[in-house]
Amino acid sequence: MTTIATSAERLGRTVPPFGGFNLRFLAIEFKRRLRNRRTLIFTVVMPVTLFLLVGLPTKNVPLTATPIKDGGLSVAAYVLISMAVYGAMVASTSAGGAVAVERATGWSRQLRLTPLQPVAYIAIKVVSSLVLGLIAVVATFTVGVVTGVTMPMQAWIISGLVAWIGSLVFTALGLFIGYLVPSENVMQFLGPILAILALFGGLFAPLSQFPQVIQDIARWTPVYGLGEIARAPLTGEAFDWAAVANIVLWLVIFSVGAALAFRRDTKRV
Amino acid sequence: MTNTSAAPPLTTTTAAIAASGLTKSYGKVHAVRGIDLTVEPGEIVAFLGPNGAGKTTTIDMLLGLAKPDEGSVSVYGMSPRAAISRGLVSAVMQTGGLLQDITVRETVELTGSLFSDPRPVDEVLRRAGILDIGDRIVKKCSGGQQQRLRFAMALLSDPGLLILDEPTTGMDVEGRRDFWNAIREDAKSGRTVIFATHYLEEADAYADRIILVRKGQIVADGSAAEIKNLASGRIVRASIADADEKALRAIAGVNDVEVRPEGVLVRASDSDAVARYLLTKTDAKDIEITSHNLEEAFIALTADDDEEDKS
Repeated sequence: MTTIATSAERLGRTVPPFGGFNLRFLAIEFKRRLRNRRTLIFTVVMPVTLFLLVGLPTKNVPLTATPIKDGGLSVAAYVLISMAVYGAMVASTSAGGAVAVERATGWSRQLRLTPLQPVAYIAIKVVSSLVLGLIAVVATFTVGVVTGVTMPMQAWIISGLVAWIGSLVFTALGLFIGYLVPSENVMQFLGPILAILALFGGLFAPLSQFPQVIQDIARWTPVYGLGEIARAPLTGEAFDWAAVANIVLWLVIFSVGAALAFRRDTKRV
Repeated sequence: MTNTSAAPPLTTTTAAIAASGLTKSYGKVHAVRGIDLTVEPGEIVAFLGPNGAGKTTTIDMLLGLAKPDEGSVSVYGMSPRAAISRGLVSAVMQTGGLLQDITVRETVELTGSLFSDPRPVDEVLRRAGILDIGDRIVKKCSGGQQQRLRFAMALLSDPGLLILDEPTTGMDVEGRRDFWNAIREDAKSGRTVIFATHYLEEADAYADRIILVRKGQIVADGSAAEIKNLASGRIVRASIADADEKALRAIAGVNDVEVRPEGVLVRASDSDAVARYLLTKTDAKDIEITSHNLEEAFIALTADDDEEDKS
């Protein structure tokens, strides 16, 4: 046996900055999300199609007492914002839920053989969910603009920002489920759940059309707060602190759940 | 290789691996029950044992993927995690661990982006022999190609120590040969290599040290020749009318004598002494000496295996 000393150069090596977070990683992560046809269908094609089918025919139906020709808002604008929220929340959930697939295939184990820190990995998921959510919102709004939906500029901006940033609640949900169940098909069961939550959040039809008991339950479900706040610039209703509390509550629940599930996952080793 | 840098000499003779008293149980299954292991830089070590001997569990502990119940591991004098963060150790795992939806090149780029000073992508692809399939989607790669991709990823940090866990499982003969040629070529640079295998030929052909593991413990540790001797090497057969079993047993190094109607069969570590006796003191004919091959040594040393461990 020959003994070869390990070069000092090797032993003097450093660890990468930012725990391994880098733009190349982010770019490839993002490319993967876009290559997934199902992701694109649910985050862009579906909300846009639903808007075109349900929202657009109501372009001339006034939402408020102000007639549309006097600068009033249409029901179509209401539907448009709901669809943007829906697209962003599905996008964020799937970006976070990608963790499940990567755990199931052993990729996260492979990553543990690299300098990547778990927090950098999660940061990559969060950033990619934000980018994907932004695409969903921009795509939906663009179709709205092109098809002639009108809103005051501040409504476009505020609603868009709320739909986009608020979708972080669902990034947390995706991460939570992703660390809870290792499954290649996590979105197949999360998809229907999201649709039900969206229904309770009043994204597919105004909650006022539902029986009172449904409305009461709906106030406690995760999409409710997001939908209310995103549409607030339209309806001009007073700022609803209950809706804000709803968002914060669910963000905390999902984040704590994700953190606990993550810890369980890394302990299991 | 000597360290010529002006800086105070870093501990350049630090063992690549120093593990002591490792144990690990999963529930009631004692996967590893007391393993001590020191691997010096430059060694090529085979971890040989039947499925379920505790090889993978041991490797997981060396890499920090599993936490030992007892005992300690140091890799180049630091924790496994610290060594991984500095790219000092990398591994090729058995299965899984690849993203199916990106290309071979993207996989290597992504992995490389996580290290502070990686080797160029083209270089590792070439050394792993997959430069020509860089644009192929991982899902479309054969098992052997995926394994060489894992190898390419492991080369990115130019690690001092490379750990391979059953690297050729599921490859055909040709794929296995190509893979080992790539590893062997690479090891010429002085890289320390530890590989787990249950293919005896692999251990015999590629390792200069074989560690035989059975039921979570090391049962033998030495060169291939030493391991063969351990299982007491050779069988002497001869045609002989009336063999004196007692006299045969009295010869130093004889482990076993079987007297059969057609002759005798003697197992001995010193086959020469047996042959000399048979030729000079008896009228034995047709003397035949056969060596235990490693396979027989392996079976002898790992016999009485049971279902107790997980692989």
